[in-house]
Amino acid sequence: MTVMPVKTEALSLLDRPNSYIGKTVPRPNLDRLMQGRGLYVSDLELSRMAHVVFLRSPHAHARIAAIDVAAAKRMPGVIAVVTGKELASVITPWVGVLSHLKGLKSAPQHAIAIDRACWQGEAVAAVVATNRALAEDATEAVQVEYEELEAITDMRTALDLQTPVIHTSLGDNLAFERVLDAGHVDQGFASSDEVVEAEFVFGRHTGVTLEPRAVVADWNAAEARLTIYQGTQAPHMVQNIAALHLGLQESQVRVVCKDVGGSFGIKVHIYADEMATYALSKLLRRPIKFVADRVESFNTDIHARDHLCKGRIGVKRDGTITAFEIDDLTGIGPYSMYPRTSAIEANQVVNLVGGPYVTKNYRARARVVFQNKNVTCQYRAVGHPIACSVTEGLVDLAAARIGMDPVDIRRRNLIADDAYPCGSPSGLKFEKLSHHASLNKLLGMMNYDALRAEQAELRSKNIHRGIGIASVIEVTNPSAAFYGVGGAKISSQDGVAVRLDAQGAVICHTSITEQGQGSESMTAQIVASMLGVSMERVRVVLGDTDNTPYGGGTWASRGAGIGGEAALQAAKVLRKNILDVAAAILQATAAELDIADNVVVNATDGAPRIKLSELAGIVYFRPDTLPPGIQPELIATRHYVPRQYPFAFTNGVQASWLEVDTDTGFIRLLKHWVVEDCGTIINPQLVDEQIRGGVVQGLGAALFEKCIYDERGQLTNANMADYLVPMSGEMPDIDVGHVVSPTLESELGAKGAGEAGTAGAAAAVANAVNDALRPFRAIITEIPLTPQVILTALGRI
Amino acid sequence: MKASAFTYARPTSVADALGLLAAHGDNAKVLSGGQSLVPAMNLRLISPDLIVDIGGLAELRGIIVTGDVIRIGALTRHVDVLNSPEIAAYAPLLTEAVAHVAHPAIRNRGTIGGSLSHADPAAELPACMLALDATIVARGRNCERRIVAADFFRGIFQTALSADELLVAVELPRAQERSTYFFHEFTRRHGDYALAGLAAQALVEDGIFVDLRPALFAVGDCPVLAKAANTLVGVPITPKRLSEALAALAEELDPHTDQQATAAMRGHFAGLLLRRCVSALLGRPELSSNGRAA
Amino acid sequence: MTAPLPISLDVNGERIDAHVLPRLNLADFLREHLHLTGTHVGCEHGVCGACTIRVNGEIVRACLMLAVQADGSAVETIEGLSDSGEITDLQAAFRDRNALQCGYCTPGMLIAAQDLLKQNPEPSRDRIREHLSGNYCRCTGYQAIVDAVEATVRSRTGRAA
Repeated sequence: MTVMPVKTEALSLLDRPNSYIGKTVPRPNLDRLMQGRGLYVSDLELSRMAHVVFLRSPHAHARIAAIDVAAAKRMPGVIAVVTGKELASVITPWVGVLSHLKGLKSAPQHAIAIDRACWQGEAVAAVVATNRALAEDATEAVQVEYEELEAITDMRTALDLQTPVIHTSLGDNLAFERVLDAGHVDQGFASSDEVVEAEFVFGRHTGVTLEPRAVVADWNAAEARLTIYQGTQAPHMVQNIAALHLGLQESQVRVVCKDVGGSFGIKVHIYADEMATYALSKLLRRPIKFVADRVESFNTDIHARDHLCKGRIGVKRDGTITAFEIDDLTGIGPYSMYPRTSAIEANQVVNLVGGPYVTKNYRARARVVFQNKNVTCQYRAVGHPIACSVTEGLVDLAAARIGMDPVDIRRRNLIADDAYPCGSPSGLKFEKLSHHASLNKLLGMMNYDALRAEQAELRSKNIHRGIGIASVIEVTNPSAAFYGVGGAKISSQDGVAVRLDAQGAVICHTSITEQGQGSESMTAQIVASMLGVSMERVRVVLGDTDNTPYGGGTWASRGAGIGGEAALQAAKVLRKNILDVAAAILQATAAELDIADNVVVNATDGAPRIKLSELAGIVYFRPDTLPPGIQPELIATRHYVPRQYPFAFTNGVQASWLEVDTDTGFIRLLKHWVVEDCGTIINPQLVDEQIRGGVVQGLGAALFEKCIYDERGQLTNANMADYLVPMSGEMPDIDVGHVVSPTLESELGAKGAGEAGTAGAAAAVANAVNDALRPFRAIITEIPLTPQVILTALGRI
Repeated sequence: MKASAFTYARPTSVADALGLLAAHGDNAKVLSGGQSLVPAMNLRLISPDLIVDIGGLAELRGIIVTGDVIRIGALTRHVDVLNSPEIAAYAPLLTEAVAHVAHPAIRNRGTIGGSLSHADPAAELPACMLALDATIVARGRNCERRIVAADFFRGIFQTALSADELLVAVELPRAQERSTYFFHEFTRRHGDYALAGLAAQALVEDGIFVDLRPALFAVGDCPVLAKAANTLVGVPITPKRLSEALAALAEELDPHTDQQATAAMRGHFAGLLLRRCVSALLGRPELSSNGRAA
Repeated sequence: MTAPLPISLDVNGERIDAHVLPRLNLADFLREHLHLTGTHVGCEHGVCGACTIRVNGEIVRACLMLAVQADGSAVETIEGLSDSGEITDLQAAFRDRNALQCGYCTPGMLIAAQDLLKQNPEPSRDRIREHLSGNYCRCTGYQAIVDAVEATVRSRTGRAA
């Protein structure tokens, strides 16, 4: 790892002798997971717990004329069969809009559909039974009379006058439209030597978390309190929304997250069937468990990235890019998702296209249209993969058109590393990025010239390898600009409470959450470093609204940057409080003291003065021995929210090296490289692993993944044999390097790293494929790049 | 998804198993390795009333070589075939092919009887049976039938077995001393069902095919022993002859379009596979491409 | 309706007698009847590998076996393999290399990896990827897992890094 530290005061506390910052330390508490002794929601059992199975519409669009539950109710083990109408008295509907997305409209959505099912898989009734198998049996006995309606499944014609409107109250099928016109685009194109156009086609994806969505809702009628066990990334958001729609105070709702089997954004949203589960628990006054099975997951976990994006780029013969233009169309579900909306993804696409480059001329239109398909919403790297694939694809097309090397055109057009702070034509504010340093590092890591030579040599033997480069900018550490300003009760700040216990160990409570990325470890590393204690003595509590400060949670790559800063500040205060007590006990001044290795020491020579365990013992058990006038406070809480920059942008660059078999259309991924600048790195291994995992999700998108709907709105590949996810046999090794540009907005200087891998991987692969196929003059701007697509482009079939 | 309820029987003799099948007909399903049956039940694609678990029928296990015949019991697991020295010696095509069946955990349970009875068009073993000129031994309550592989596979998940019959064994002729084989399949990922595949048994003498049995799978409703290969037997193979055989193959096949591949792509793969098969078996790499440059 | 059937089996060295409905699959039996929740359910059609366990020493998909089929068998789950110490070094390698993030695939992945190493003490990197090609992981992208298995190979065979 190459670290280019920015030498400011801000780093001095991080350069402490026992600092864990920048160290690869194993995550604590992994044994539990490796021994199969984790506690995932699907493992949870409570007394009198019952299981819910949802009867789901087989039709993409149908009126529910009648539901007969009599036979189902009589089946063995059945506790209740509940329709949408019955549940509506317990839980209110919602509308997925945000006021800052001007014009975004959506219809009210109920926990269980009442009059109409609007996508294949939408729940139309709930069967509660003593176990899942019996509930499924009874579900088959529920009789529903459907009147099929026309299903709107082609986004390209969703806005045509003759296409039926899904929600007549909304007037049309347009959920949201955004237009942007920055600089002088027409002039830009007019002044260019070449204009290249392409239509980029993206397959609809879904997250395929290995643990499906699961909830246990436990309404305790005697306490009038609802406890929700859920693998959500945003427990306070769930608390707020559950309370709001069930007519409760937030203090009556507790949300608990223990182990989560993967999320990637899938589990940050509010799902109708989960809301129904909360409501059923309240209605039936007992714990209710819902665990989606895999087929349900495919049909109802949010989908994402279903875009058709027309792109244009203008370029001069000397390589100067003169303008970008896009016209993006995306087909969501019949409702905008709640509360984060299904318009954010398209909004991000508009924000991010062209972002790494200097040209100020950029015009965009994005339209979001309703479909009778599953709902869509934010999924890892939200919108970035689309924006990056379009931008980087256009840049490569421009380079090819003028006969320039793809590296050279980027060198000419990436924003200079000393140009900051600056902004993008779409209004993004960049504090400090390092596009050129990152690109140079990448080229060194991959030995670009050698690969080009190898490519040429193999080409003469009819072996076709390609190199693809993709520059990335990534939104991290979002402020309230993301959701709060639009009226969503989604916190953009986080808090950490740190305390010294009676034995001198440390307990932290943090409002961020853990889904495997290492939130726990990262928090412990920061706190241990600040306090001067060893990591084994730091325990982290998270994922419990009863036991943590109020906060946003972990999403949009904010855990380290925001939660980490809160941990740092809280630990700083605790450290001061400890040293104040120590000074009183030792009759010294706090400035003369430090803490290292669990011991208060002399700041000058490190000589031990008093163990923390001893100090804690005095504070808690012998305060009578303390000097008068001192009230020790061995607990501190600090919150943090970024105020200066709406987002802390990071940058990176990726490269793919692959081989295309032009006889079979099969692609072999030989190697992948990433250089990422995410500011201060707390745990290098955890950051690199986030990047690797993110890259592979992007590689899955590039080659394999697509939700295949037929024209009737049926999802035809809702299982793991037909929806292809990346497995170990086809994935390359990924080399990761770093440039470090800390954000000066926080003392920690950390930006986010969780999503950048996914943002650029497919773009790099697509560019590499087109690079490999250049002798054939085949240009492909569609993913997934299946053998079918390759062979068709080559004219072999 | 949880399977629907069913009654379960674990007969202790083949006769008992056959009695149950005769009594229940289409309402009963035979449980062998379960690697195809149980997923279908879990997904509620099928809901049989009775499951007849033949796992306890020891007489259906084992690989025995008698004279020129290898007899493989229906309950022989894929992993047993993979590790069998007899198969490696006398039917190495099968050893090669079975390594491509799914993944180790599946191979530890899945059986050859199950795979052949299930007759998935994209499966490896049915095609191997064609290539190896195997005979399927089926037993009913009153008689035992011997069905040649060419007559056994009738369509998608359809075989010549009747509802009250049990596949008890498969018999293969021992491979001749100088026979060779070829196996290749195109899969998107390790262990997936093939987009197209070819299993071939052959005998080559002095660069001439004395015998060539290429069986294609995942190219239609059932595996196909390519008749087009007949024109390549007993004659020197020139690029022209090979191209003609490939053209004949394209005529012979009627591949299907599904999510994984179009008919055109399957046809393209089938041609590639036969070409590569011939090239590999003759040791003539120049035949493996049709000479088209970039 | 069908009546529960008696089964008797050995689970992690402990003799278990139970009555189960025929349709109960082995994964659900382990999780719900024996509360051994380390065996995870990810797809119930045998594709994801999260439910991988050992039966009579061989790896199988617990979701594709009926509990009644396990009568008379010796079943080992991740809890048993952990407690016996058989995979302590593999688990340590996973920890050091961060070869798990959410942990949901990990029990199945560890059991599959151990299965490989028992059959082939010095597999190549490609061989490791191949043996694990039936175990889905969404978090790690697989490289760390392969690295951890390689590290275990080195430590078991006494070779230097």
